[in-house]
Amino acid sequence: MALQEKAIILDDNGIRRALTRIAHEIIEKNKGVDNVVLIGIRRRGVPLAERLAGKIREIEGREVPIGVLDITLYRDDLTTITHQPVIHKTEIPFAVDNKIIVLVDDVLFTGRTVRAALDAIIDLGRPRAIQLAVLVDRGHRELPIRADYVGKNVPTSRKEIVSVYLAELDKQDKAVIEVDTA
Amino acid sequence: MKLLVKGGKIIDPANNFFQVADILVRDGKIAAVARNIEADNAEIIEAKGKLVMPGLIDMHVHLREPGLEAKETIATGTRAAAMGGFTAVACMPNTKPVVDNRALVEFIKSRAASEGAVHVFPIGAITKGSEGIELAEIGDMKLAGAVAVSDDGRPVMNAQVMRLAMQYAQMFDLPVISHCEDTSLVAEGVMHEGYHSTVFGLKGITSAAEEVMVARDIILAELTGARVHIAHVSTAGSVELIRMAKRKGIKVSAEATPHHFTLTDEAVGNYDTSTKVNPPLRGAGDVRAVKDGLRDGTIDVIATDHAPHTVEEKDVEYQYAPFGMVGLETAVGLAFRELVRPGILSVEELVMKISCNPARILGLNKGHLGRGADADITIVDPDLKETVDVNKFASKGKNSPFHGWELIGLPVVTVVGGRIVMRDRKLVL
Amino acid sequence: MGLNRKDLLGMQDLTAEEIQLILETAEPMKDIIRRQIKKVPTLRGKVVINLFYEPSTRTRTSFELAGKYMSADTINISTSTSSVVKGETLQDTAKTLEVMGADVVVIRHSAAGAPHILSKHLSASVINAGDGFHEHPTQALLDMFTIKEKKGRIAGLKVAIVGDILHSRVARSNIWGLARMGAEVRVIGPATLVPPEIEKLGVTIYTSVEEGVRDADVIMVLRIQLERQQKGLFPTIREYARLYGITAERVSLARPDVMIMHPGPMNRGVEIAPEVADSMQSVINEQVTNGVAVRMALLYLLAGGGNPHETVG
Repeated sequence: MALQEKAIILDDNGIRRALTRIAHEIIEKNKGVDNVVLIGIRRRGVPLAERLAGKIREIEGREVPIGVLDITLYRDDLTTITHQPVIHKTEIPFAVDNKIIVLVDDVLFTGRTVRAALDAIIDLGRPRAIQLAVLVDRGHRELPIRADYVGKNVPTSRKEIVSVYLAELDKQDKAVIEVDTA
Repeated sequence: MKLLVKGGKIIDPANNFFQVADILVRDGKIAAVARNIEADNAEIIEAKGKLVMPGLIDMHVHLREPGLEAKETIATGTRAAAMGGFTAVACMPNTKPVVDNRALVEFIKSRAASEGAVHVFPIGAITKGSEGIELAEIGDMKLAGAVAVSDDGRPVMNAQVMRLAMQYAQMFDLPVISHCEDTSLVAEGVMHEGYHSTVFGLKGITSAAEEVMVARDIILAELTGARVHIAHVSTAGSVELIRMAKRKGIKVSAEATPHHFTLTDEAVGNYDTSTKVNPPLRGAGDVRAVKDGLRDGTIDVIATDHAPHTVEEKDVEYQYAPFGMVGLETAVGLAFRELVRPGILSVEELVMKISCNPARILGLNKGHLGRGADADITIVDPDLKETVDVNKFASKGKNSPFHGWELIGLPVVTVVGGRIVMRDRKLVL
Repeated sequence: MGLNRKDLLGMQDLTAEEIQLILETAEPMKDIIRRQIKKVPTLRGKVVINLFYEPSTRTRTSFELAGKYMSADTINISTSTSSVVKGETLQDTAKTLEVMGADVVVIRHSAAGAPHILSKHLSASVINAGDGFHEHPTQALLDMFTIKEKKGRIAGLKVAIVGDILHSRVARSNIWGLARMGAEVRVIGPATLVPPEIEKLGVTIYTSVEEGVRDADVIMVLRIQLERQQKGLFPTIREYARLYGITAERVSLARPDVMIMHPGPMNRGVEIAPEVADSMQSVINEQVTNGVAVRMALLYLLAGGGNPHETVG
């Protein structure tokens, strides 16, 4: 696959501002952060959750617990892909019962990843509520799922690819639309 | 009825004749061997560039009849022999029932006469039912036509019984063919004991199981003065024991099978039951020793131990599969591949081991091409290539690990008593 | 990267990378076993058949739970080898199971190579759950997982395997796996129970247990079977226990942090003293838990994806 960048959705400043806004919205919607926990979906939801926790700390002066969720075992497309993805550990160092869980991911597309994440969390216990925060919502949902917090809504065509690059993993911050030129 | 074999290279060690010449066959006998023979009304076999040998003799086959006809019959087994270039076979008595009396020897001879494609020489049992307890009617079987005695597959464990058998058989100048295996040392083993049995997790058969019995039978041969023939020698230790015995002048002869000079125990990999034979495929050092024994004359004979089984019997877990593989149709090709082309044996020496020596040991007036001899002739094309396909075997047995091997050097004509039974790799019957 | 193979027949042909992948995949699986809801939907709609020709409560239950935790439908078929010899052949049984829709067939059989026959006849994945004296790869993998979990590594460790090496598929599989991962493996047992040329597998042979366990990081104790004594391979159970039983005194010759392992079921007081089996150094119960995790990982890696073996390109 040869990817060519077609348009920038968010640059580094754009990502920073979007996350700041989402942090405020999380605090506002939940009237503070009592019982709020962040769970990042591997891989890029994890640094995003960490950044959101940092923002919340700056605003509220409080730590929100962070968990890491690997949804591979809950995917619904395992039988259609050739190689099994490598499974990483799910690390959620707190009980999810009665918590308000904010799931964090980079891009919301078909909704299937979020569906898998919801199932995975519910197998861990009974949270009071699950909310969803994403950096980019690109549309084309295949399931009745919507985000509570969105960094940016971007209309895309199905053929386009939306990629988020984060400094923690990719040495730079940006969200872009790419096309496969191969 | 006349047959004229033209322009082949004659390999006739018995008459020390190794030249390009023609052979004229009349009434089942060799009428003339000379250059440029002209004969009217003779069927011509063009043999230019080919090797013309006295008919090959396999002194160790299992034809399975009577009683085990699902595995092989005298009809199918002798057709396999014809395809393999053999004009005569000696068949082992471990049928159902065991060939331990005159009636069964005569049965085999009569079946062979009516249905066989090549000559069949029965081997009688040493003991009744091959149970290793009481001597069979060896004298009567000899009179009926048995050429040797053996409890092949069920070794005579009792040394006194073996001693008596040798003393008794010697009166009739019958060789005692010994399947050398101490069954207590075999201890449920299914393959050679060594690195590979350890890795495959299969019970091993130590080389000592064979060598202990080779040593015993050599000692008994010396004691009794009988002729003892050691079947399917598989270990370096056995070769050395036989070499020493021959040096001492003990009347011992020995045979090796193509599979024991071709394959090692490594071939058992992936649990292919066609590699399950008794004695088992041995280590690389043993294979080398068997070849050395063939080269220096310690081992007199190449015999196949052709042991057909049904697909159903063999297509099971390794430890439950019966021992044995078929060999008649691959023997010559393997001998060329492993012995002749690498220079271990000359073609002349190969003919000695697969025709002249078996004839001598079994007391047959065969294995030579002189005037007046039986017209048993095998013609081999040393350059002919063929890929082994068990599904094309004339034998009912498909249990061969050589399936898919390309062999070079194959029999192209088999003449039995002046009659062509195989020509251009096809049976003519 | 995935486990690019249809079957798991033995440790002999697994690469270090494949072993690594299996052990790493077992870690998140172990977390699932510790949860209240011990179930993930990964293998929903897949059929795992446990075909056991030898009695084995432990391994069969472990595979059954592993399949169930992964939401596969698991079916157990237990039958004695003797009825198989008389009746239906292994491959006919296997084909029947495949027609019924098996995705994975787990086989335990007293004949070495039985899983290889199955794998030749089946397009379903075959997992060897122990064949004769040949291999028991899932046991070796769970042992290695346990070692790695406790010691943080496998490479460089001294692992002493004590007992009836000759008839042990557990020993063979562990030797292949541990040696491949860089451990120093020793085998200890009476000369009559050590298979020929096993040193070619890269192990050192000891007939003295005192010498063999010296400075060991891990002592793996094998079950001794009365049947071997009846065949005359050693004189008495009493003498065996006296010469080769793992006692506290013998354990003290090993490293202070030595791990004691046993594949079970144990003969307490014969190959292992009760105080050793129940000691702090014993990880025998942990092995059982890890067995389920490792088998979940294997089921995922062999059956979790589509069918890579049928996919071209």
